[in-house]
Amino acid sequence: MALKKKDLLGIDYLEKAEIEEIISTAESFKEVSTRDIKKVPALRGRTIVNLFFEPSTRTRTSFELAAKRLSADIINISSSTSSVVKGETLLDTARNIEAMNSDMIIVRHSMSGAPMILAKALKSSVINAGDGSHEHPSQALLDLFTIKERLGRVEGLNIAIIGDIAHSRVARSNILCLNKMGANVRLCGPATLIPADIEKMGAKVYFRPEDAIDGADVVMMLRIQMERQKSGLFPGVREYSRFFGLNQERVRLAKEGVIIMHPGPINRGVEISTEVADGPYSVILDQVTNGVAVRMAIIYLLTEGRGAI
Amino acid sequence: MTLIIRGGRVIDPANGMDGIRDIYIEGDKIIQPPKTKKTSSSEVIDARGLIVAPGLIDMHCHLREPGFEYKEDIASGARAAAAGGFTTICCMPNTNPVNDSRSVTEFIIGQAKKAGFCKVLPIGAITKGSMGTELAEMGEMAEAGCTGFSDDGKPVANAEMMRHALEYAKTFGRTIISHCEEPALSAGGVMNEGAVSARLGLRGIPSAAEEVMVARDISLARLTGARLHVAHVSTAGSVELIRRAKAEGISVTAETCPHYFTLTDEGVVSYNTYLKVNPPLRTEADRKAIIGGLEDGTIDVIATDHAPHAASEKDVEFDLAPFGISGLETALALAMALAHSGLIPMAELLRKFTVNPALALGMAPPSLLPGSPADIVLIDPETEKTVRPEILLSKGKNTAFSGLVLKGWPVMTIHEGKKIEFKH
Ligand SMILES: [Zn+2]
Ligand SMILES: [Zn+2]
Repeated sequence: MALKKKDLLGIDYLEKAEIEEIISTAESFKEVSTRDIKKVPALRGRTIVNLFFEPSTRTRTSFELAAKRLSADIINISSSTSSVVKGETLLDTARNIEAMNSDMIIVRHSMSGAPMILAKALKSSVINAGDGSHEHPSQALLDLFTIKERLGRVEGLNIAIIGDIAHSRVARSNILCLNKMGANVRLCGPATLIPADIEKMGAKVYFRPEDAIDGADVVMMLRIQMERQKSGLFPGVREYSRFFGLNQERVRLAKEGVIIMHPGPINRGVEISTEVADGPYSVILDQVTNGVAVRMAIIYLLTEGRGAI
Repeated sequence: MTLIIRGGRVIDPANGMDGIRDIYIEGDKIIQPPKTKKTSSSEVIDARGLIVAPGLIDMHCHLREPGFEYKEDIASGARAAAAGGFTTICCMPNTNPVNDSRSVTEFIIGQAKKAGFCKVLPIGAITKGSMGTELAEMGEMAEAGCTGFSDDGKPVANAEMMRHALEYAKTFGRTIISHCEEPALSAGGVMNEGAVSARLGLRGIPSAAEEVMVARDISLARLTGARLHVAHVSTAGSVELIRRAKAEGISVTAETCPHYFTLTDEGVVSYNTYLKVNPPLRTEADRKAIIGGLEDGTIDVIATDHAPHAASEKDVEFDLAPFGISGLETALALAMALAHSGLIPMAELLRKFTVNPALALGMAPPSLLPGSPADIVLIDPETEKTVRPEILLSKGKNTAFSGLVLKGWPVMTIHEGKKIEFKH
């Protein structure tokens, strides 16, 4: 089986069966990463472009490693949205890149919906590596992979996502993904950081982390951006940390065997205390490892789906 | 030469007239049908099956000249207006330079006269440069031909400034047209705030951003006794506020635009920038409330808020695309759906395009009685056409309705007694 689509733009556009296919393919690719020679020849001769309009060493490196382990050629292009100021539009940039005969473009952009513009206009496959506050599908898929790996299943689990839901593409992709897989999604944060209508996406909103964590199988913490404080969305780090930060006391409310996740990079002592981040239930580093396998699966299945392998 | 429009269904809302009859035009005036057959030459327009109405008035459009002629100019906009059945249009002052002085007003009127497609009445700025800090010279602009005042697009944030604007405009018998938007609440927003914006991760503009200002301006209209017109009403809450203000007897009128009674924010799910407009497309409940407001007369006027943009400006990230829909040529056809579905009687619908905008601006309502200016539109209520960007005469091809099949289109526009040609 393969993904019968040109692009991976978001979890919103994936069927449950497609998600399962990505996860099971990632399982076999994870094995590749444990070999001495961590490389398969599947995508030899393919050209992939990492097009990052927003700096992100973590995601860019993960995609780069994934492409290299599939033997594809990968080019990194960091562009700034300020090229718009120079008169070049997103489409101009992308068409220039495609003129170099790229097969796939992995795009990270600070504005929601930007990858959709590329997908519509280009023949290359487009993978959304994070767009504005919209989606970050590969992150949600690697989170799903990690949960399944650790807990054996996803259906019926209580999963709490805590932090700045409003500005988080990780939260949106996870809400959609976990919902499709039958988990119960709980959201928590101050009301200033939770959109009023987010429950319509299939989640329950809590304002007290104690309530959201109570009996949770998974607790996912989101990074809090300091600039939100300046725009008046919460009064300060100290108060945020006290009311919404994850510490050991709060972890104890969760179910026995709870796993703690964070998409990184973490703010130690702000949304998560050091002892929790480094504690036995933390799977933060597994998330990073699994990211490569999941991204290999996404790249591989999209290419295969186009009959290119 | 006499022009005779024969056999049409003449709807003249100002005079409560709705029936089959002939209209005679000589020069630029409608005349009494002659008692005896005259020998002088005449041209007959066969209007059987057509509606004959006073030329439409659009009290809210953007013509972009001076300053943004690549988007639209006065001639291209006026021609598009004529193609849309309009014989009078009012253009907003957010040009470059802003129309905040006699000289810009005179320039616009001069350009419009040269173009000749329809009458263009400028709306002057309320404050200098629409910066919201100092009153513009409304008296002199009124004298030069400005028919109303607005800082459209740049809402007057300071309540005291708005109070003085209402009072000062009243001095010269002019209406203040308020673009109701609390800028602090809408800052950075690109679409309606709600379930769709939450899903798409786009910054929302809450209904409250509009309603807070509608409520403020109604209070100020009550305080000053000045004439207030609320532009582009988009929310159920605004309709309710205006309904109550009218019941109280406050001097307030309101307009909405075809996109607010036709589309909702659900359409934005594909990040289609052609649906990016300010105020934003709202929810289905709002859309229904807007239609309710049109039905019971709370909303007096249908205006286009025609906002032409170049394709290159719209084909970008949603956050970067400018707000606005090219609307002059589709407004009537979109509104006809309300008549066809029986929601609003045809004569009432045409009133919102003719008599009501004139009254909102304190002008004499257009009429088809003898002696009136021969500004007339002929509408084929049954003809169907698919909206496509290529069929638009406006430079702005940024229609939000591409692919929609609409029934009921203007087929001929007569301005000052002359048939306006608007072929490509
Ligand atoms: Zn406006
Ligand atoms: Zn406007």
